[in-house]
Amino acid sequence: MTEFFSDQLFQLIWNGLFVGSFYALVALGYSMVYGIIKLLNFAHGDIYMLGSFIAFVILGGAVGLFGVASLPILLIVLLITMLLTGAFGVLIEKVAYRPLRSSPRLAVLITAVGVSFTIEYGVRQIFGADPQVFPFRLSGEAFNFLGARISTPQIVLMVIAGLLMWVLQSYIMRSREGRAMRAIALDPRASLLMGVNVDRVISRTFFIGSALAGAAGVMAGTYYGSIDFLMGFTIGLKAFTAAVIGGIGNMQGAMLGGLVLGLLESFGTFALGGEWRDVFTFGCLILFLSIRPTGILGSRVVERM
Amino acid sequence: MADKNLLPRLDRLTRITAPQPLFSRPRPLSGLLAPQRFMGLLGLALFIGALVLPFITASPYIISILTSAFIYVMIAMGLNVVVGYAGLLDLGYIAFVAVGAYTSGILSTTLGFTMLETIPFVVLACILAGIVIGGPTLRLRSDYLAIVTLGFGEIIRITATNLSITGGASGIHGIPTWSFFGWSFADGADLFGIHFNAKILFYFFVVIVALGLATVGAARLANGKLGRAWKSVRDDEDASEAMGINGYTAKLSAYIIGAVWGGVAGSLLATHLSAISPPSFEFLYSALILMAVVLGGMGSTPGVIIGALFVSLAPELLREFSEWRYLLFGVLLVVVMIFRPAGLWPANFVLPFLKRRPAAEPVSTTNIPWAQQAKEEAEAEQEEIERMSAVTSTVPDSIPDAVAGVNAISDNPADQEENR
Amino acid sequence: MTDTVAPATATARGELLLRVSGLAVQFGGIRAVDGLSFDVHEGEIVSVIGPNGAGKTSAFNCITGFYRPTGGTVHFGGDDITRIRPSTITKRGMSRTFQNLRLFRDMSVLDNVKTAMHSRLRENVFDQLLHTPRYKRAEAQCTQDARGWLDFVGFRGDEELFVTQLPYGEQRRVEIARALATQPRLLLLDEPGAGLNHQEKAELMALIRRIRDLGVGIVLIEHDMGLVMEVSERIVVLNFGKEIADGSPAEIKANPAVIEAYLGAEEDE
Repeated sequence: MTEFFSDQLFQLIWNGLFVGSFYALVALGYSMVYGIIKLLNFAHGDIYMLGSFIAFVILGGAVGLFGVASLPILLIVLLITMLLTGAFGVLIEKVAYRPLRSSPRLAVLITAVGVSFTIEYGVRQIFGADPQVFPFRLSGEAFNFLGARISTPQIVLMVIAGLLMWVLQSYIMRSREGRAMRAIALDPRASLLMGVNVDRVISRTFFIGSALAGAAGVMAGTYYGSIDFLMGFTIGLKAFTAAVIGGIGNMQGAMLGGLVLGLLESFGTFALGGEWRDVFTFGCLILFLSIRPTGILGSRVVERM
Repeated sequence: MADKNLLPRLDRLTRITAPQPLFSRPRPLSGLLAPQRFMGLLGLALFIGALVLPFITASPYIISILTSAFIYVMIAMGLNVVVGYAGLLDLGYIAFVAVGAYTSGILSTTLGFTMLETIPFVVLACILAGIVIGGPTLRLRSDYLAIVTLGFGEIIRITATNLSITGGASGIHGIPTWSFFGWSFADGADLFGIHFNAKILFYFFVVIVALGLATVGAARLANGKLGRAWKSVRDDEDASEAMGINGYTAKLSAYIIGAVWGGVAGSLLATHLSAISPPSFEFLYSALILMAVVLGGMGSTPGVIIGALFVSLAPELLREFSEWRYLLFGVLLVVVMIFRPAGLWPANFVLPFLKRRPAAEPVSTTNIPWAQQAKEEAEAEQEEIERMSAVTSTVPDSIPDAVAGVNAISDNPADQEENR
Repeated sequence: MTDTVAPATATARGELLLRVSGLAVQFGGIRAVDGLSFDVHEGEIVSVIGPNGAGKTSAFNCITGFYRPTGGTVHFGGDDITRIRPSTITKRGMSRTFQNLRLFRDMSVLDNVKTAMHSRLRENVFDQLLHTPRYKRAEAQCTQDARGWLDFVGFRGDEELFVTQLPYGEQRRVEIARALATQPRLLLLDEPGAGLNHQEKAELMALIRRIRDLGVGIVLIEHDMGLVMEVSERIVVLNFGKEIADGSPAEIKANPAVIEAYLGAEEDE
């Protein structure tokens, strides 16, 4: 038991928090879009994939140009990718979801599946079905902390993720646009009457959500080193799980849910073995939906986003 | 407080009974071109066409792609019950096909069951799977259901990969073909001077028959009591509850029926492929079946057949296009939902050359005593209103905005959350 | 506000059907219904009126099981139905229509009405699959009954059409036929007159009376005061979720609280 604590516990917690911060980033977009227009954007995980492929192209160019990529270049690429995936998210909403805003929910959901398919197989047509090697990988020393092996890239990525979430949080809570978003989440009709430009706010929500997913995609690429056109599928499902665990539509909930899911998964994998990881995760999803569909923060937090 | 004794027991009270219809209805359309009869005959013609096909060409290639296409149509029929009739988006439908395929595969390879003997177990396993998966999730909102079924699809696939009884990642091999009472299709047979091999016999005696039964069965269920309940839940769940239909059990029944259709088709698929492994049950296939149903027309039998044939035969017919088909399907799905959400052949579509019902004759209100009376009353009232129009004293039926706002929140909280 | 049930038995036509006592429902901080009590007897027409936002529809939704009341009880016959699923309540003999038409859009008129006979239709899955004689008998009876109800409500269109192809007034009729086809002991009509013209309203009044004459108790929410005063035997007035009056049309007309609720502080229309 003591051995478990010294050797495993902190490692498991650290792994969980690290993976969980990825989930949180993607879950945020899921949750924001859901909060605003009550749409489960199945294509969200594919935006994550798209982000890693965009960065793959740009970084490839940069490596060709400068010979080698470094952290500052990565950060610039990250920003460009976020802008591009954000714009792509806005485009998806305009082309595919906006015409259906008054249609039955089933039609919109099916459209979302179509969008997801289009992105996945569009990328496959361009880059092929085989995994691509990401041109830049963060490297750095690993050190021990309370028995857990922690590497520098992990810390860098977590700092970036934390920073992004902090910026988003203050944007939503402090800015005028953020207030409009919260207003629409509460009552779209009333917001419209109060002069909020609903279309613009929805576009902006898609932009932010997609940009965050794109950022997560870039970070996954630099960390894991290999990307493929289906990599967004599982993470989309897990991000949804995280959003549900935290209380879908709730921003703090999405972040919390991401971390909780990361931890659950880390311990679940330890207990059951890696091959059961996804089964365990989706089992958690079903369990949460059956027992507490509002999630951890769902009912307590009055303010929904 | 209510005194229980004051109130009569409900069963002591008589219930009203339906009055006799007052008017006779126009006779149903007859003749070859009556829509229902025509579609029935068309279906029969296609069925016979599929039956005689092996006598015209016994090319193993054609038989093979037709077998898989027809199995595909059967799977789509099952999903149509769930999505088209009951309006439940199931993104993990292939899981039921997997349950059926694996049940058949395991029973036949390890316990030596014939394929026919495995069918009851397939049905049982699928009913069970439908209850296990649908039970906890069908209470959820429709969009949650979609993603939970997606998760379930993955769970089934990963479980099949991880367990040893399902053969792990390499799956199950050597699934036998069908045999009846000791006569195995593997022996082949000579009919009317043509030699039929196992594949053709399977196509001939099992696939076509099963497809015919599945199609007729699904269509019949859709027209009966269950079908009306499913469609009413799809159209308006609250109104359906108000009609005495328990939405949860209605959805669960659709889910189970869909599972059974998919599972039996899965068992046929196992025979056809003779080997099954987890990659055959990826999300991709769930999505393709959904596309077949949506492109063809949700809730429409001819539509689903056309859609499933299109999706399954497209890569065979257009070789150079097979690379692009998934991308195209994705785009098509979006385009169809935006411009023609009812699909290629909508559920209420009637071929233009078929007979139409004559426009209903306007029934004169004077034939109906109470309507005549009502008309007179209305005219009298109208006169009175005109007489009194100077002394307008209508009771206002709306109130200031502030209160109306309260109304919007209080009277219909469902609107805030649930309305699509 | 009346906490005890009014001694309305004097006007009763038949046995006591529905007893609502102290019904309350709350959404967040808003009390949509706050202590509503009334009785309905067999063959009696009771109207629930009140300005917009008075909580009429919320009360309906509580009685029919769509909302869970936060207080009070609803007795239907001898049974407490306060926390029972709407479909079960319907099966016991309470039926309703909706404020905004809620027909099944992608079904024919006839199928809409036949759907309401669901729980009494004796056919199982195998009957439906095999088209057994029992299935054919049940469906034929069901179709005939549905036609009977359609004729009863004075539906004059083509029963094979999809409901969305019908004019509004006809859709209203179909909705009432559908509610009747559940063979209710008590029928709740939520603004059946909304959007109807004069002739149609007069026919509606006649129809409501004819339903009453079948022995069905009727609860009516309606804004058209002419219609309400004409057709109801008793009227319950709500304002801001509270019951402010309960009495015969004549009493209600003379009740100062009612007049104030309607014409009070602000003028309208």
